[in-house]
This record gives sequence, C-alpha cells and structure tokens, in this order.
Amino acid sequence: MMSTVMPTGMQDYFYSLSDKLFSRLEGEEQLLLGFSGEDSDFVRMNHNRIRQAGSVAQRSLSLDLISGKRHAQASIELSGEQARDMEQLDITLKKLREQRELLPEDPYLVFAEEINNTEYHHDNDTINSQEAVEQVVQAAGDMDLVGLFANGIQYAGFANSMGQRNWHSSANFNFDWSCYLSKDKAVKSNYAGFDWQPERLVEKLDSIRHQLSMLSRPSRTLEPGSYRAYLAPSAVDEIINMMSWGGFGLKSHRTKSTPLLQMVEQDRALDTSISLREHHARGLAPIFTGSGFIKPDHVQLIKDGRYQDCLISSRSAMEYDKVTNADYEYPGSLELAAGELNSTDILKELDTGLYINNLWYLNFSDRSACQMTGMTRFACFWVEQGEIQAPVNVMRFDDSIYSLFGTNLLGLTKEREMILDPSTYGQRSDHSIELPGVLVSALRLTL
Amino acid sequence: MNDYLNRVARQFNDIAPDVDFWTLRLTSETHEAVSVRQGVMQPVYNHHAFGAMLTVVIGDGAGYAATSDLSPSGLKRAAELACDWAKQSSKLGLLKAHDYPRPNAKARYETPVKQSWHDMPLDEKITLLQDANTALKISDSIVDWSAYLGYGRDEILFVSSAGAQIEQQFQYIQPSLSAVANKGAVTQFRSGGGYNASRQGGLEQLELLDFPNAAPALAEEAVALLSADDCPQGNMDLVLAPSQMVLQIHESIGHPLELDRILGDERNYAGTSFVSEDMFGNYRYGSDLLNVTYDPGHSEQLASYGYDDEGTMAQREYIIRNGILERPLGGATSQARADMSGVANARQAVWNRPPIDRMANLNVEPGDSTLTAIISGIEHGVYMETNRSWSIDDSRNKFQFGCELGRVIENGELKGLVRNPNYRGISATFWRNLAAVGNEDSFTVAGVNNCGKGEPNQSIYVGHASPVCHFQDVDVFGGAQ
Repeated sequence: MMSTVMPTGMQDYFYSLSDKLFSRLEGEEQLLLGFSGEDSDFVRMNHNRIRQAGSVAQRSLSLDLISGKRHAQASIELSGEQARDMEQLDITLKKLREQRELLPEDPYLVFAEEINNTEYHHDNDTINSQEAVEQVVQAAGDMDLVGLFANGIQYAGFANSMGQRNWHSSANFNFDWSCYLSKDKAVKSNYAGFDWQPERLVEKLDSIRHQLSMLSRPSRTLEPGSYRAYLAPSAVDEIINMMSWGGFGLKSHRTKSTPLLQMVEQDRALDTSISLREHHARGLAPIFTGSGFIKPDHVQLIKDGRYQDCLISSRSAMEYDKVTNADYEYPGSLELAAGELNSTDILKELDTGLYINNLWYLNFSDRSACQMTGMTRFACFWVEQGEIQAPVNVMRFDDSIYSLFGTNLLGLTKEREMILDPSTYGQRSDHSIELPGVLVSALRLTL
Repeated sequence: MNDYLNRVARQFNDIAPDVDFWTLRLTSETHEAVSVRQGVMQPVYNHHAFGAMLTVVIGDGAGYAATSDLSPSGLKRAAELACDWAKQSSKLGLLKAHDYPRPNAKARYETPVKQSWHDMPLDEKITLLQDANTALKISDSIVDWSAYLGYGRDEILFVSSAGAQIEQQFQYIQPSLSAVANKGAVTQFRSGGGYNASRQGGLEQLELLDFPNAAPALAEEAVALLSADDCPQGNMDLVLAPSQMVLQIHESIGHPLELDRILGDERNYAGTSFVSEDMFGNYRYGSDLLNVTYDPGHSEQLASYGYDDEGTMAQREYIIRNGILERPLGGATSQARADMSGVANARQAVWNRPPIDRMANLNVEPGDSTLTAIISGIEHGVYMETNRSWSIDDSRNKFQFGCELGRVIENGELKGLVRNPNYRGISATFWRNLAAVGNEDSFTVAGVNNCGKGEPNQSIYVGHASPVCHFQDVDVFGGAQ
C-alpha cells in the first residue's frame, strides 16, 4: 500500500499554487516559496507483530514575502484542495504584509537572484508496504523483532517570483529494527534504500540470528578504565552526530560555540587520517536551498586532521561576508574518508578489547573541549586474541574527540557503510552518512 | 471552539466508514515567534496547520491515517487507508480489539489566559526583545546573545463513533534568553527567562518567568564562569535547583516508568526500562522523602489538559509515594495490555502522529525544607542549576548530566561559581540518596519542550515541577580542561 491522498501531480500542484501566489504580488514584492511533503506508511512493530500501522499525507508550504530589505515568513499545511489552500494563503499573504510594515530592515536577508532550475525524480518504483511487512514477519519467524518500517514518497520544491523552479521527489524505504534476546540484549539492524529485495532482508536476519547466538553467552561487566576498542560505523555515526551539534556551522564558529573550538582557536588537530566532507552531490537531500541557492558538490570540513571549511547558510553568508554553501549549518550528507584496515580482519586487528556495534545518547561533558559522554548499546562484545568471548553489559564512556580521532586513533577501515538516517521527527529524514569503522587504542569507560 | 473543525467533524459523520469503532482527532495549530539576536531582528515565524488523525478498529485490528486534507473526499481517502491497515493488523497485530479504548466523553477544556498574546502589538514585542538584547550585551566577552518569544495555540476536537465530543484549546508562551561568553578556547553559556520553562497561559506568564528581567544576571554569570574554577571532583553532596531537577525527573523517573517502554514498544529507539511490571506497589524507588505525582492540575504547566488523546479524563495520581513505586505512566491502551492502572497520558505530539504513552506533567511534590536549611546542613558539596547536557542508558539507569552553572558549598554556605559541573549516577540508587526536599518556596513549574520518543518519532511538550532537592554521595566532576 502506498498512501496517496493527493495521488498525482504534486509538482504541478506546487507550481500551480506558486503561479497564483506570484500573480498576487504587489509593487516590488518578491516571494520565495518552499514545498515539503510526504506520503508515507509507518508500521511500528513489537514482538514481530504490528503494534501501530498507518499512513501520513502531509504537505507544507513556506513563504518569505520580501519588499526591499524587509520580509516576513510563514509556513502553512496545505490541504491539496486548491480553493481552500488559496483561501488560507490569501489570509497568510495579508498577514505577512501587515507584519512586514512593523519590522525593521533585515541586514542578513539574502536570496538567489540568478535563476537555476533543477528537477530530480526518483518516485516511480513504489513498494507495497503491506507485502513488505508480511515478508518481515515471515522472515523473522520467532525472533523478538521490534522497530519501524517506513516507506513512501518525499517531496521538496522551491519557486521564486523571479522564475526559478526546483523539484525533488524520492520514493524510498527505511526499515530500522532490532531483535531481542532478553532484557537489553539485542542486535540492531537497518535496511534502507529504493529497491526492496526480500532476499536482502533474509540475509540480514540470518546475520542477526548468528549474532544473537553470541549474545546468549554469559555477559561480562567491565570495570571503569581505558580499553582498546573497535567502533563499527553505526557507533562512529553517533560520535560524528555529536560533533555536528554546532561543530561545522559558520555561525557556531564565529560565536565560539563550536565544540571544535580548540581546532579553531588553538590549532589543535585530529589524526591525519581524519578527513570529513559534506558531499551534497551524493546525498539524498535536495540540491537547492530554501533561499534558492544551489549547493556546491561538496564542502571539505576537515582535511588531514585540520579544520578547513564551514557549512554556511544564506543568513550567515550575509552576516559574515561569505558564500552560501548549505541550506542549514548542520550536515546532511557527510563522508568520513576510508582508511586502510580490512573490515574482515577487524577482530584480529582489535586483538583484545571491546567491539562496539552501537553507541547511544551522546552529549557533551565539556563542549569547548569536545569531550563527550554516551552509552554502549545493543550487541557489544569482549574480544580476546581476535575471538569474541562474551557480550558486554552496557557501559558509559567519557572521552575527547582529540583522543578518539586523534592521539588514540589506530586506523579506519577500507570499507565504508552508507547509513540512511531513519529519523522521522516532523517528517522522514533525507540525511545520510558514509562511514568506515574506527579502531582506537583506548576508550575511557567511566560507569 | 473552532467552527471549521466542528463542521469537518459533522461532515465526517456522514461519510464515516462502517467499522467497529473509529476516532477522529482534528487539530488547528497556530504558532508564532519573534526573536532578536545580537540586536538584529530575526525573521518572524508564523505557522498554521489543519490536520486530522483518523483511527479505525475492525475486528481485532486497528489502523490510522493522518491527512491535512480535511475535505470529505480527503477524509474518505484517509478512512480507506486506515481500514486497509486495520485489516492487516487484524491478521498480524500485537493488540486485540479489547485493548483499544472506546471513549464517549463530552467535555471542554481551555487554558486560562489573563493577558492574550495578541494584546501586545508586534512592535512592542520587538522593543521588549531589543531591550533584552541590550541588557545581555554587557561586555566584549559576550560573543553571542539573543532573546526569543514564542506563542502557540492548539485547538483540538476529538470525536468518536461512541459519541465522544472533546473540545480542548491550549495556549503556550515560550520565552527564553541566552548569553554566550568566550575567552580564548573557553566558552560558557547561560540560559534563562523561561528557557526550558515554557508555560501554558498568556503574556502574564512572562513576569513569573523573569522575562526579560533575568537578562543582566545571566550575562554576568556567563562572563564570571569564564574565570571560575572547574567544578571539584569527588563523591559529595549535591543540591539541584528546579532548573536541573526538570531533567533529573524526566530522564530517571519519567522515561523508565512509561508503560509502553516497559511493554517493549520503544526497545528499538528510545529504549527499554530497568523497571518491570512486578515492581509496582512494592519497589523502593527513592527515600521516604520522594513523592512524585502525575498532576494535570497546575493550569500553567505545559501538559495540563482535561483529556488525553485517547479520550481518557486526566486526574491527579501518585506515581511514587513516600519512596514506593505505585503506578506506571500508561494510557488506556497500555493499561489494557498490562492489566494495570495508569494515568491519562496517551498523547500525540502533532496532528500526524498516533498517540503513545508520554509523561505529561510529572512533578516532585514539595517537602518541608527551606533552601537555607538545606545548604546550612552541607559541609562539602556543589549546587547546580540549568541543565545543559543529558545522557542516560537505554534502560534509563546509568546517567550523566551536566549543568550551566555550579556553586561550591562549604561549611553550610554557598561559595563561588564553578564551571562545567557534571555528575553521574544510577537511577535505581540515586533517588534513595535523596536527603532533603525543598518546600513550596522553591517549588517551580517548568518543563521540557522537546521530549523525543516513538516510532515514527514525536517531539512533545512535557511539564515538570519541583522544589530544590539535596542528594548525598554523588559522583561529581568538572570538565576536561
């Protein structure tokens, strides 16, 4: 099943509304319009049964009504019924005009004035959610599976009164789940993409069965202290996410709020193998911004361990006299450069230490020093002489990025994993990240 | 009440699907925000949404569909989708028909408002925020500063095939002030004036939240923290202000007691719980001084309401009494699944997400100690306020929290500021070390604007009120520098 409350012509509908709104502009007004929507199915599962199943159809229109350097913004949820939507939008335009008169000039207002039209469609091959869920239940059998199957089409558009038109639509799925052995002992997995292949799901579930058999061994509780550790790509993802909380935005750098402050202020460096870039061209997110700018192919954030460039929104570009290179100052398509370790040999490389599949609930214990804390979660194992010995009970770590990706970094894997963000706050995420695994000589456990 | 929503509900009655049971939750959301950063007016934010959440029960299955198309054809299409899911759920569902509540209440609830958001013109709001900015920028060490004022009005109409007609209107005020101070590689933050303390009500709440009057003190504290010593390290007494108790309650009492977590729904995302069903009625969660309530009775608190989103009437209940765990935070569906009593806390964050167990208002009840008496009884410890960092394991047991500001307590007196105050502990033992609970004088209504949970994800308002609390034998430490 694929929910299509407004079955076809989403792009046409957006452009049609845009044309009507542009025809209502007065004097020298300019109008920027952003469209965001989805028709998604969400099937929540617990104990390998359906806990909650449903469909969501939503489409939101953002407006930025500009006259000179004054402007006012709004967003409204569209119904898809043009007469009713235009009634709401006319009310909104009137309100924005009234507000604008009361507002001072905005020194940081900027929008694309060069016309760059783009179109991206990847929305033809839709997947039947009900069939996919039945396949999950059947393939998981008696495993205690819990998670979310999300599937559908995501839409994004931009139009401005100068004539620019941009469209991006993508049909994709993201099945994010874990299988539990008991209490907090579980294996986490994810299958996401554009082409649902039941045999790929079966492979992943078979792999989980194997890991669950290792989890069934008696658990080991580690004492606080430093341990040699391997961080699988999913665990590295959590660390990079933490760095991204203000780490790469120009505004956070100029206001000294970045957790990478020591890289900026004290020229502190990470290991030379750490190179991180925002690869807009590879990402799943639209290539255009909410102000109509086209993102560059990539932005090199960290190069050979040294901080290089920031993500720059259009407002920051004006405030700090730079060029816009991102929609928001938060990454959405990061890539950490690969290393030289073979993933297949990683247990041997680890030798004796902690194999961490997942980390959880990270936060800063000292933001300025990029010192972070968090928990191990799901299947983490104690390894001796390259052999898995026992699952490890959850432990808290507290360590610095300058240690983990700096002085204590032993290597990165050659192979990288592409992780499609399963988060669904407000709407399904279009973020993704490509990461290797990371081997460190010491990870500090505290509780 | 919103005439449009009532009209949509009447129209839906004519086209309602022939199913065993249905509910329709119609929402009108209006949000506005003004903010000034570094003296520069930021773009004004206006948001409006109409949305519908339709749930149907067919046989043993249930399904939902959410749509922003409230026309008869839009709702009819949503009903078809919900029915399709209900049919599949009847074959593969975890729950059975008797688990789903069938509310039939008729009721109204409305946030009391003394001074409407609209009573203050936009230009006056801007002037208020500009003045706050001026008050925040006290020196060159302040490198970023801002003042924010947000408003929300949610009108919700809940109807069911059993005859429910619950109309609720909520209004929210969300002020905050922030100051960022820097010297070299040291940056310190202070937030206040309503930060993490949004409330229901109107502009009358601003004065109660010290907005914008808190601005100069916040800026001075941010600057002072730059040259303050790091928080001392060691096992010691800890006094938490209500601005940190919010997170302590939220993470290590609220989440572990959510019944859907205990039943396993959240295990793939927010996590499970160290609490199990057999612990209710006998487990010692904290010292005798710990009394925790689910309390919809503080009308200014963020999650006060008449009925939850499953149509269950909200009424005050003890969750923990004299340290003993009494009941979980579970709505009607979870209560039926677990065969336990709970509270009315099945909530939707927004119109397009289904109801799940949330915290609503979860408060630590006042004790009988004054702040002065608490401090005077401590030989060596730290006082902390305003949460800035939170981390806890997926069973909600091992935690580590950090605050914006600390003060050393020596020989019964509050001494100088310390920066980067952190502490860690284990929920199952931390609350048993509760040594004193502040009285009504320090009891403060606050909350969390962004409690994240659920699949699909939902971020929701949660209310927490607490007095100052004193804990013994806590692992306290500072930053990395």
